[in-house]
Amino acid sequence: MLSSTRPRRSRRVAAATAGIASLALVLGACSGDTDEPGTADGDDGESSDEEITLTVATFNNFGYTDELLAQYTEEHPNVTVKHVTAAESGDARTNLTTKLAAGGEGLADIEAIEVDWLPELMQYPDLFTDLTNAELDGRWVDWKVQQATTPDGKLIGYGTDIGPEAICYRSDLLEAAGLPSEREEVAEWIGGENATWDTYFEAGQEYVDETGNAWFDSAQATFQGMVNQLDGAYEDPATGEPKDLASNTEVKDLYDQVIAASADENLSAGLEQWGDDWTAGFQNDAFATMLCPAWMTGPIEQNAGNVEGWDIADVFPGGGGNWGGSFLTVPASGAHTEAATELAAWLTSPDVQTQAFEEAGTFPSQIEAQESEAVQTFTNEFMNEAPAGAIFSTRAQAIDGAPFKGKNYFAIHAEVQNAINRVDLNDEEPEASWETAVTDAQNVIQ
Amino acid sequence: MAILSPTKPAHARGEPDRPPRRLGLSQRLGRLDVKVSPYLYISPFFLLFAVVGLFPLVYTAVVSLYDWNLLGGQGDFVGMANYVAVLQQPLFWKSVANTFSIFLFSSVPQVIMAIAIAAILDQNLRAATFWRMGVLVPFVVAPVAISMIFGRLYADQYGFINELLGLVGVDPVAWHGDRLASHFAISTMVNYRWTGYNTLIFLAAMQAVPRELYEAAVIDGAGRIRQFFSVTVPQIRATVIFVVITSTVGGMQIFDEVRMYDARGLGGPDRDWMTTVVYLYDVAWGNQKSFGKAAAVAWLLFIIIVIVGMANFIMTQRIATGGTRGPKVSRRHTKALLAEARAGAARSGTPTPSAPPGANAGPPPGSPPPPPSIPSVQPSTGSPNQNPGEDVR
Repeated sequence: MLSSTRPRRSRRVAAATAGIASLALVLGACSGDTDEPGTADGDDGESSDEEITLTVATFNNFGYTDELLAQYTEEHPNVTVKHVTAAESGDARTNLTTKLAAGGEGLADIEAIEVDWLPELMQYPDLFTDLTNAELDGRWVDWKVQQATTPDGKLIGYGTDIGPEAICYRSDLLEAAGLPSEREEVAEWIGGENATWDTYFEAGQEYVDETGNAWFDSAQATFQGMVNQLDGAYEDPATGEPKDLASNTEVKDLYDQVIAASADENLSAGLEQWGDDWTAGFQNDAFATMLCPAWMTGPIEQNAGNVEGWDIADVFPGGGGNWGGSFLTVPASGAHTEAATELAAWLTSPDVQTQAFEEAGTFPSQIEAQESEAVQTFTNEFMNEAPAGAIFSTRAQAIDGAPFKGKNYFAIHAEVQNAINRVDLNDEEPEASWETAVTDAQNVIQ
Repeated sequence: MAILSPTKPAHARGEPDRPPRRLGLSQRLGRLDVKVSPYLYISPFFLLFAVVGLFPLVYTAVVSLYDWNLLGGQGDFVGMANYVAVLQQPLFWKSVANTFSIFLFSSVPQVIMAIAIAAILDQNLRAATFWRMGVLVPFVVAPVAISMIFGRLYADQYGFINELLGLVGVDPVAWHGDRLASHFAISTMVNYRWTGYNTLIFLAAMQAVPRELYEAAVIDGAGRIRQFFSVTVPQIRATVIFVVITSTVGGMQIFDEVRMYDARGLGGPDRDWMTTVVYLYDVAWGNQKSFGKAAAVAWLLFIIIVIVGMANFIMTQRIATGGTRGPKVSRRHTKALLAEARAGAARSGTPTPSAPPGANAGPPPGSPPPPPSIPSVQPSTGSPNQNPGEDVR
């Protein structure tokens, strides 16, 4: 009996295997078929009249409203634009990196990225479509294009917004302390055109002496603005090699300076940026000033609802500074890369970015948009009707370039930030905390 | 009377026609059905497990042997180098220590509280379903929402709990500065979420305990506490083991609560509350982007969990079988004691209660007087499931 069933069973198994295999082949062939016209279409670039849907993935609020995207469909009737928004840039980053690692399956046609992720993505430029386009030369401020250009000249992202930094302050608290509180007065008091971190901290000293309250929100946030003004803070711009943190006197000096101001002179409120205490601090008059990239006006308004007195001073210690800003990329694995590139170019056009600025306060990186009437005359109602457009335009002009950030930048920077937080939040001993950062940084360098 | 007659003929009838020489197709199918079908019925789980459980497990092991970047993909084969590198990282060991500390702070009180609450819910309460569903409500709340609410409660400067402590004159606790305090705070989130769930599992097990046992215990003069330890706990032993194992596995993998505990979600500036899973996440998706090392961490964590799980299994089995018996009394010793007692009883003729061997101190003086409950139990034996409980109330 067994001998008679065995061959039959194995035959059956063989038949089944063959069946499944052939099914798989057929299905595979099918998917191959469906794929091909898509990619072929994309490569041809004849956006012709084939119906396509392009997905745009962004995070937070890019100011791309449904009406805005409908406008594109009006101009390109065959293109439907779908907009996916992640609540937080971290989510978008995880999504992007995970799907890139999986071969690009499931990515949107256009993926928004933050400047902070550029170093890691720039190591794999082949994952993205080269967006170089001679027609768009001179659209953005130079350093913005520089940031997204690989050493061999490939452009992997079109700039959307930038984060020129000013100082946001509480005019009511300064006034109560009998200190300058008008926009121009405050700018002058902090140091005006020649403001340095020392003059900023000296002004803070006066406020702290007067009131006993803190001058700025967090040592780590303040350090962020300081370190962004160093070119090649943690790495050698020429080679990209990480510097030894133990002998990095530039960074150590800034560290000492911010720690002295925060811990010794009590200028810092000791709140962890974005933490619960920090959010609550806005309602509790915990601090009088903070570094304020253009997009920060949004979170301030969100956290400080019903608190009157926030204003923007057209001043920034140490010259200009940029904090953050985003790009639109076109993953190379997409089916309609050509059409997506066209859409990305449209979304980052001066006209569209001006609308986005009015919608979400994201300051445009496009020169034409910065100079436009709409941006120049824009006032921020919550910020005491401050002429935010004009102020951030001036602040943007003070930026003289983007600092070099290589692949180890954020790993080392995170350790230094931890060191500052250990002192600022948990009152640890500054030197010991720095030593810990030096050893920790050695462990994360690649 | 009728016991013997039916069985014999059945035997007799079955014997003559034994298996036929040739099996019909239907018979063969029938046999196949008996032998194969059960496996087919349970196969969906195992197929699914093979795809979503076993395959990732094995694949992770493969990844851990390579230099594997999140974006760059597979690199060179490096053998055990990733494991060596991870084991040499002080941060890995710190994360393991944090994991154990948070695990102890959460799982131990969690299981104890869950049993206690389940024991209360097992009584005949008014609106029992309401209470039973009530304990499950925290489980339904999304962990991230819980973390956000608790984040406000445990904020260092403007947190609710520190404000309350201030009212009674206690110094504020540095929930994000002190290592143990942060572990405690995170554990409360975990406990808030999982206690109700475990309570329901215990409750289900307690409901299945035969009520006669409680009646017998009451008649023997056992108080409520004694009933709980001598009847309930031994009876739900298997469930205790199950819950301890699952909460071990869960407790070693705490992630959401830690991720949401502060703004950066990586365990604070000193990594004081970074658990191993968060460390894994940081290695894979953080600045290092090393899937190889993260896979090695995953396997090390897996091994740790298996070891701790086994240890807990052995421990809970001991505790649960031991019950209230003193663990010091050996089985042989108790047998000897029992035999002695019986012999003594036979000799004297007085009914010596075969005292539970563990009760060294004899019947506790504080045990509630059984007499009042006994009369009411006796008439109601018809429906044993309901009445003992009512009587006890």
